Amino acid sequence: MESGQDLIVCEHCDTVYRREPLTRGQVSTCLECGAVLERHQWIGLDGQFALILAAFIVFVIANCTPIVSLGFSGMQSATTLWGAVIAMWNDSSQVVAVLTAMTLFFFPLTQILIFGWVLWFARDGIRAPGFAPAMIALYYVKPWSMIEVFMLGVLVAVVKASSYFEVVPGPGVWAFAVLTILITIFASHDSRELWNVTRDTSE
Amino acid sequence: MSALPRAHDLGIIGCHVCRQVSLETKKAHARCPRCGAPLHRRKRDSLTRTWALLIAALLLYLPANIFPIMRTQSLFSKDDNTILSGVIELWRAGSPDLAIIVFTASIVVPVLKFLVMGFLLISVQRSSQWGARQRARLFRLVEVIGYWSMLDVFVVALLSALVHFQVLSRVEPLPGVIFFGMVVVLTMLSAMSFDPRLIWDNRESDD
Ligand SMILES: [Zn+2]
Ligand SMILES: [Zn+2]
Repeated sequence: MESGQDLIVCEHCDTVYRREPLTRGQVSTCLECGAVLERHQWIGLDGQFALILAAFIVFVIANCTPIVSLGFSGMQSATTLWGAVIAMWNDSSQVVAVLTAMTLFFFPLTQILIFGWVLWFARDGIRAPGFAPAMIALYYVKPWSMIEVFMLGVLVAVVKASSYFEVVPGPGVWAFAVLTILITIFASHDSRELWNVTRDTSE
Repeated sequence: MSALPRAHDLGIIGCHVCRQVSLETKKAHARCPRCGAPLHRRKRDSLTRTWALLIAALLLYLPANIFPIMRTQSLFSKDDNTILSGVIELWRAGSPDLAIIVFTASIVVPVLKFLVMGFLLISVQRSSQWGARQRARLFRLVEVIGYWSMLDVFVVALLSALVHFQVLSRVEPLPGVIFFGMVVVLTMLSAMSFDPRLIWDNRESDD
């Protein structure tokens, strides 16, 4: 029996393949079901760490500065992401408030912090303390992070509001836009590859 | 016809969390030797769970569309919008392109999810041989587009926080948006409970 490292199983149909080294830009797909098996990891670990660091800074800006502000007959009104969460909570939509806080704040923040932690160690080829539970958490959190959808939501809200109010975009909206781009770049990577480029030093 | 080996036939199992391939064991609660995540040859009770979550989502889908999701109030008028009327308003406001995007995210995507998941579940239960590759592709589509339905929920949250000009102009969320948010979560959970490998199982009728 060969070691599990040489084999890869398609998650969508259970077909087994031998791992082939990929060249730049290459994506291997399953011959049976057409799902992506593996992508070439085009950003090195240092690059990934830099991206996550940038994402963290942008995330802080996105959450601390107003996203948009409205003007209406001399009055001003602006909101941050947390302003939206609190508004929903106070307007008897606590379910939506929790959903918004989770998908736009807690889950993305968890992702950024965990990635930062494991990548910091992975740059030296080491598995960070708590590597396994961290990677399991990443796997389960991933589908619930919705920054991209929120970005589109801001656009729709701005258009809807602009027929009645004067709309001025705040710094937060640019931060969310940059964050969307960073997340999209990062999502083109399979984080599970970190298992193969690090070794367990606890033994 | 297929000459490609499948993990179960070889007695091995691939971990979804870290992709480590290990030998399949008879143990009830097998764990991945590398990351420690639970290993399942197939997701447990996949069909029952997927059905249950899908039906729950379908039940909430009715109030989500019937009840208004948002109220726009000004000094002299009160205007309640449902998901559909919000799309129409956006179209009339001179943004047909954005109206199409919202229509797709809020109406086409949920309906597509119900139809596709229902179809996948029934075809797997009947051990259908038909178009496995197409069905696999449909499932991946549902997985990728599913969470975009949250769009309208975020729009309502933003507008409710922004439009707060005392009695002159106010936007408030209405119960429809709560139901809609729950529909999106339930359909996502339903798709996650479905095991696409089932599409490829039972292809030999002598099983
Ligand atoms: Zn496959
Ligand atoms: Zn594993």
